Parts: sequence; C-alpha cells; structure tokens
Amino acid sequence: MDSFIQQLINGITLGGIYALIALGYTMVYGVIQLINFAHGEFFAAGGYVGVIFLSFFTGLGYMETHPILCLTASFALAMMYCAYLAIGVEKIAYKPLRKEARLAALLSALGVSIFLSNGLMLTQGVYDKAYPSELFQGGFSFGIITIGYLQVLIVCLTGALLVALNLLVFKTKIGMAMRATAQDKTMSALVAIGSNKIISLTFGIGAGLAAAAGIMVGLYYGSVRYDMGFLPGIKAFSAAVLGGIGNITGAMLGGLIIGMVEIFGAGYISGEYKDVFAFIILIGVLYFKPTGIMGENIDDTRV
Amino acid sequence: MSAQPILELKNVHSGYGSIKALKDVSLKIYPGEVVAIIGANGAGKSTTLMTICGIVPLEKGDIFYNGASVKNIAPEKLPPLGLCQVPEGRRIFPRLTVEENLILGAFYRNDKPEIQRDIEHVYSLFPVLGERNRQKGGTLSGGEQQMLAIGRALMTKPKVLLLDEPSLGLAPIIIHQIFDIIADINRNQGTTILLVEQNANLALQAATRGYVLETGQITLEDKASSLLHNPEIRKAYLGE
Repeated sequence: MDSFIQQLINGITLGGIYALIALGYTMVYGVIQLINFAHGEFFAAGGYVGVIFLSFFTGLGYMETHPILCLTASFALAMMYCAYLAIGVEKIAYKPLRKEARLAALLSALGVSIFLSNGLMLTQGVYDKAYPSELFQGGFSFGIITIGYLQVLIVCLTGALLVALNLLVFKTKIGMAMRATAQDKTMSALVAIGSNKIISLTFGIGAGLAAAAGIMVGLYYGSVRYDMGFLPGIKAFSAAVLGGIGNITGAMLGGLIIGMVEIFGAGYISGEYKDVFAFIILIGVLYFKPTGIMGENIDDTRV
Repeated sequence: MSAQPILELKNVHSGYGSIKALKDVSLKIYPGEVVAIIGANGAGKSTTLMTICGIVPLEKGDIFYNGASVKNIAPEKLPPLGLCQVPEGRRIFPRLTVEENLILGAFYRNDKPEIQRDIEHVYSLFPVLGERNRQKGGTLSGGEQQMLAIGRALMTKPKVLLLDEPSLGLAPIIIHQIFDIIADINRNQGTTILLVEQNANLALQAATRGYVLETGQITLEDKASSLLHNPEIRKAYLGE
C-alpha cells in the first residue's frame, strides 16, 4: 500500500509533465490541424536554456541567496525563448505551406525536428549536461513514503500553469478568439480576428509550456541531453491522442493517464518495458476509439 | 442620396484558381440604401460578398469603401472600418456560447461598457438570444442562428452590412421577423445594407435598388420596384 501511494505520487509528477507537453500538440492541432512533430524539441530546448541559466546563477552564487528569484527567472527566460523559437519555426516552416496538402506541413515538421535536435547537439555537445545538483535535495517523509521537495514544486507549478492556461483559453477574450479561430478561420476574419496572430500565440503558448516541462525534467532527472525531446515528445503526443486531439482538457487527462500507466507499469510489471506502455495505449486508442476520450463533437472543451 | 457611393466595385474579376466566378462586376452602393443582388444558384452572389471582404482574392479591378481602395487590406482589418458580412450559412461558432459569439463580434473594440450595452441591444432585438445566452451556438435552431449571426455582425458597429441569404432554410414566419429587423437596422441606425438573395421576391421588396447577377456578370440594374414588375425578371426569378 505504501509503495502504491509512492507510485501514485510519482505518476502524478510524471503525468503533469506529459500533460504540459501534450497541450502544445493539442492546441496547435486544434487551431491549424497540424501534428507539430517538432514540439518535443521545444521541450528539449527549454531544458537546455534552463540548465544554462541555472548553472550561470549557481556560478555567481545567487542560487544560494535568491533561489526563488533565480528559478523564476530561469523558467521565464526558457519559456520565452521557446515561445519565440516556436513562433519563428511556424513562420518559416509551416506558414508557407498552410494552403498546401496537410502532409506537406507534417513532413516539414519532421524536418524541423531533426534540424533543431541536431542544432542542439552541435551547439551543446552530445553528452548529458548536468543540472546543478544541490537544488532541492530532500523531501517530506511519511513512513516509507517520500515526497521530494522537487516533486512538490513540479506538481504545484504544473497545476498553476494548467489553471492559468484554462483561464486564458476559456475566460478571456483572446482565448475566445483562439477557440473561434480553431472553429472557423474565415468567419473569425470576418469579425476582425487575425488568424496569423492567433496561430503565433498558440505556438508560443504551447512551446512555453513544453519549455517549463523541459526544466522540470532536467531538475527531476538531474540532466538534459540533446535528444531528450524525442521520447517524451511522442509519449505526450500519445497523451494528446488519448485525450482526444484538439481538446485541452483531454490533453491534461491523457498526460496524467500516460504518466500513471508508465509509473505503475514500470513498478508492477517491468521497468524494462516502461517506454512501451504509452505506445500500447496509442495503438489501442487509434484502433478502438480514434477520437480519444474527449474526442471531437462530444465535449465543448475542444479549443 | 449623396453623390459619393459608400461602397463601389469597379470592373471586378475574381475567382477560385482557374474558375472565374466574377467577370467585370461593377456595383455602386450609396449610404443608407438597401441594395439587393439577385441571381440563380452559382451566379456569383456569395463570391461577390467574399471578394468585397477580401476572402476570395481579387484578380482584376478595384473595390472602394468610403472612397478609398480596400483591395490590399487584410480581411480582418475591414470590420473595424465598418464593413461587415453575415455569410451564407450563418457560420456561428458552434462550440462558443451565444454570448461569446456576440462578444467576438466586438473583438476589435475595447469599450467594455458600450459592448455590454450593445449586447443588451441585440437581446432586445432578438429576445430569444437573451434567453439562451449561455447555450452553445451550435445547439440553436436555424432561425436563432441567423438572429445570432446578425446580432454578432451588429456588434462590429457596421456602416455597411453585407447579408448573404438571410432567408435560407428558414420558416416563413421567421423570415418575416428577420427581414423586419433588417429594415429596422437600416431605418433606425442608418446602416447601409447589401443583400444577396435567391428569394428574389423577398429581396426586392426589402430593397431600394437591385442588381441581377448571371454567371458572374451584372445583366441588369434598376430600382427594386421596377425589377419586381419587370416581366423578364418575373419569368426568370419569380416563377411566372
């Protein structure tokens, strides 16, 4: 039972991270019906920008004196960097193909993914880059259950980002415009909503959330690697499909489920198969219910 | 009628790739008028409105709004200038509520109290929308959706309102209600209206002037009452 609760906590932590990444896939799909296969690279880039700034602050000694400020700054800078990176990628690699067949943009996305991943390798090296290790040692202990301080931070921050995104999309005028653009671009233009701005915004928000997830993963596992975007990227994609691609609530739910299944599968079945579970789910969903849990036209939380 | 047209199409050609939908269309609409474009299915009526709004690309010719060319202005920049369209099939945002649809009509505006007042005004024109303000747009009936589409367009504060087939698929009683409101918008708010209709009888009764569009070309232009009594029009469009 104790180990069950421990696994549950680990599952929530990992699931939240997948949910953050999955949102980028689902929002972009909702607005321009593109699976942005380069999305995992924004996650990796976020992890790298995070480690660069955190190491920099640690080197200066600010991490000792102002830990919260340093952490906030690193998150903000990484999220901003990735948001602008994604907006640039969209302008260069997807926008010119918007009127072409959907396959063209999809292939372009794969190309961008390879390009960004190799760019990261060439500039940052092929080896793991370690996060400053003295961050967030220890945690709360309840008997044999331990909740790391870092896990608390990740869960709280993930929760805050998810709530903020929900408020933005469902309660503000700009969120309304995003949903309208997803539903009918021509009509949106007829009520003065510029779809280019909304598309940029969607890419920026999605990549910003992925960047936050990248830093969290770096902190959680202690290091980042240039190709770290690939596997979590496709797992988060599986989560988005599981939740119903295009549906924001679905992506959050899907991420949580994939994270849980992965942790429990690794714990109770076999750790060696930990990466397989997400893809079993992906294949199962595509086979039995391609619209996912909250698939199209069933629920109104679609973008 | 003032001397300068508020909206003018000069020798407009447009279409979809190799398909030429409009060939040399010229129209003049003066402030305060209700102008109808009638014509058969596929004559290019909707294309005319979509070309004015910049959705269908203009190939040749020019479009003037308030005396200035708008051919290079992006579609989303037109509603703030006062040019707004209620497109064919209403195109309500189906997964947004009635109220959200109306708020988006005022997307470019920042005058919150006035937006709220305009929403109330739309609810007073169409009380059923007020009753259903929290309901998703997609769940409304056809007539209610048409009302919402007109209401949403009013939220942009149009000087010229383009209406595409407002009667399409609606029950006669609803059609009358909607055309009463259209006349009311023209009379009380001074909004110029360009109306596209397959239902020629209805359109010409509501309009002051009319154009007849046939396979992408204007073939006739006259006062609405004259068109209504023109034997050829009666034969071709009024089923006599």
